Amino acid sequence: MTTATVQEKAPLLPGTDRRRAGRRRPWRGLPGWLVLVSAGVAVVLILPLAFLLTEAAGAGPGTVAHLIGRSLTAQLLWNTVRLCAVVTVLCAVIGTGSAWLVERTQLPGRRVWAVLLVVPLAIPDFVVSFGWASLSTSVSGFRGAVLVMSLALYPLVYLPVAASLRNADPAQEEVARSLGAGPVKTFFRITIGQARVAILGGCLLVIMTTLAEYGAFEILGYQTFTTEIFTEFSLSFNVSAACALSLVLIALSMIVLGADSGIHRHGRVSRASRTAQRATPRYRLGPWKVPVLALLGGFVLLALGVPVGSAAYWWASGTNQPFTGTSLLSAAGYTAAYGACAAALATLMALPVAVLALRHGGRAARMIERSTYLVLAVPGLVVALSLSYFSERYGDGIGYQSAPMLVLAYAIMFFPLALVGIRASVAQAPAGLEDVARSLGKRRIAVLWQVTRPLVTPGLAAAFCLVFLSAVTELTATLILVPTGVQTLATQFWSYQQNLAYGQAAPFALVMIAIAAVPGYVLGRYFDRLPAR
Amino acid sequence: MAARDRGTRGRAAGRRLVKHGAVVLAAALAAGLLAACGAASGGTSAGSITLYSGQHEQTTQSLVNAFEQQTGIHVNVRYNDEDSFANEIVTEAAHPVADVFYTENSPALEYLQDKGLLAPVDAATLAKTPAKYNSPQGDWVGVSARVSVLIYNPSLISAAQLPTSVLQLANPEYKGKLAFAAGETDFQPIVTSVARTYGDAEASTWLNGIKDNAGSHIYPDNETIADEVNRGAVAFGVVNQYYWYRMQAELGASNVHSKIAYFAPHDPGYVVDVSGAGILKSTKNMADAQKFLAFLVSEQGQEIIEHSISFEYPLDDGVPAAAGETPFSELQPAPVSIADLGDGSTAIALLQKAGLL
Repeated sequence: MTTATVQEKAPLLPGTDRRRAGRRRPWRGLPGWLVLVSAGVAVVLILPLAFLLTEAAGAGPGTVAHLIGRSLTAQLLWNTVRLCAVVTVLCAVIGTGSAWLVERTQLPGRRVWAVLLVVPLAIPDFVVSFGWASLSTSVSGFRGAVLVMSLALYPLVYLPVAASLRNADPAQEEVARSLGAGPVKTFFRITIGQARVAILGGCLLVIMTTLAEYGAFEILGYQTFTTEIFTEFSLSFNVSAACALSLVLIALSMIVLGADSGIHRHGRVSRASRTAQRATPRYRLGPWKVPVLALLGGFVLLALGVPVGSAAYWWASGTNQPFTGTSLLSAAGYTAAYGACAAALATLMALPVAVLALRHGGRAARMIERSTYLVLAVPGLVVALSLSYFSERYGDGIGYQSAPMLVLAYAIMFFPLALVGIRASVAQAPAGLEDVARSLGKRRIAVLWQVTRPLVTPGLAAAFCLVFLSAVTELTATLILVPTGVQTLATQFWSYQQNLAYGQAAPFALVMIAIAAVPGYVLGRYFDRLPAR
Repeated sequence: MAARDRGTRGRAAGRRLVKHGAVVLAAALAAGLLAACGAASGGTSAGSITLYSGQHEQTTQSLVNAFEQQTGIHVNVRYNDEDSFANEIVTEAAHPVADVFYTENSPALEYLQDKGLLAPVDAATLAKTPAKYNSPQGDWVGVSARVSVLIYNPSLISAAQLPTSVLQLANPEYKGKLAFAAGETDFQPIVTSVARTYGDAEASTWLNGIKDNAGSHIYPDNETIADEVNRGAVAFGVVNQYYWYRMQAELGASNVHSKIAYFAPHDPGYVVDVSGAGILKSTKNMADAQKFLAFLVSEQGQEIIEHSISFEYPLDDGVPAAAGETPFSELQPAPVSIADLGDGSTAIALLQKAGLL
């Protein structure tokens, strides 16, 4: 979320950032339809929360208090919080460290490393988990969860930090060095400071993803709120226990989001001017070259080699059982189709919200925008349950267990990711440019097509890819909403994996990685080229 | 100048990204379309029923394939956890989807029966299997059975050191050696059985004891227990017998480093779990649904279960257990009835009290 920097920076040269000028007249020319569409999107996003509150109200405050007051809740809280803390710190260190090596040193093979370090983003967390757990018994519990999640999630920090380091103003480091600060001091005081907002943005994504993760922890036998919510839902004939725990989980994410915006507000990053862009000098690695290469190589082996290698191993070593169930091709087809539709829908939904927040909104609009991140921490199961609940209760059962409803569930779950992707590019298309075009006599439609579209397209592509990547590996909502008779790669993988049929599960994992690798690569390129902010 | 350069570069990148994105989208849609057409062409001529199956997927699929071939009735199968299905069926009650519900355990069926959502099963179908393994009210039929056992790794614990009674699982000597799956549907009947024999208070104490003993070896499901014991991560655990046989079939005998042992005859831990099937009262395909249930307990259906890799006991007396398994008739389980097991709510309350749920 390098994009967050947009808000925090005060350009030193007035007039270099026309978007800000536009924002001083907040609701100027605010089209009614934009507000309406955004409000509609907000209503859809609120559905899961509304469902939880309805269920809680139905169960009664006494029951909910009793369910939350169980000793288990404290255990889950401890498990979840300590895991989030350790994984986030590790991801921050690994992501920032590797980004610095790639962007700021004369690392041999920089372009290759830049790709290799991003590709793990395309490997679903539960496949990483499967890869490790199926090889060694020692990978389980808390330590296993830390290992797997750190290896799976560090690209969320690497990507924004690499982009921010690449575009940071070299003058500050030079000034620090000239004032007598050593390289280490300069790194911690200046470099980290410049990348700070990017690091925090990445960490926020890491925390939210860890909070909502199910499959990886189920495989490792590590209990968090999300795994327990799933267990309780699939165990008792009563959803109130699962709903009560979901409410605690959401409260937890609200604290994280609140803390995050508190920290962001105090962040200050500035550069002399956007025109002062020039290449940053790279440090020589000198005698460190070999150890650093070995370290990065070893790391890529762990993050990429183990999951892919292990899946390939299980596929090659085969199985004593014949294949049954859905074929690989059919599962891959449905998975890709649902993912693509969800990505398109989420992008469409995020566009008006991004435009409203960036072009017209003030603090309130930004609050609304940030609060949509809350959805990231809501387990897929809860999103699916809420959709089926409202469909049954108020929609005459229409769309239940149909592809459109599944696609809608994905779009809700991954909406924040679409917003992250779009935000940057909408910010890049200042309203002033459109005003100029309009004043030159262009029609509104023509302006949209000729001026706005080319500017926002990369962001739309990034949003599409982020959502697609996540949707093709979604499991828990899919189990509930997928049309009867259809299996996706994730559900079929899960079914085999659960039965310890590793040989049969492996091809589904590999195809999932292959499908996700394409948007993963596109995303890597996008962040690689993200202009300075 | 620089700003304009960057703009150009950004647009070029944008164009490339659009191209990439378009390729992905086109490929995805083409694949999806192909798959959708493939699914549609498998259309239906005779009747068709929708089956919610919480049972083992491969076994269910073999049964469904044979049934479709024999009757021409198409079966839409949906797989998920049976208790999730029970919740869904209640949610869907106004707009029912499923015709038949097939489960691994009786509580989900008992729960729907109590809610009045199941229709009576044909008497001829019920007569195929022992009455004590059917619904006491006749609203669902028992199809197959499993039995709870101990799985152990002989390199970590000898057969002689294993407990013979379920109560001993809480003994201090097993600290750090025991594994169990508190959230597994198969574990609830054992808790119910202990509570029924010794009372709720003692069952609570016992649960606290085994929670302490298992420590970090409380796993999400029986498959994990079987796997971890087999790999030597923990000495022994409580599972149903078929997980071990299934693991053996999957991994090959040479990779199996674990064995199974039974509790003492009639011990409360020695529990038979029944897998059954019922018909939703709301079905519009009653005749076809009844045919499916009849098929499950027919000789052909029971033989498919016998030869499937789920290694459950067929409930039809005439059909033997899979080769290598202790015959069903030689088991000496605790006298817990289907009615005792009920919908499992007692067990869940006890598990919650112990902080295991």
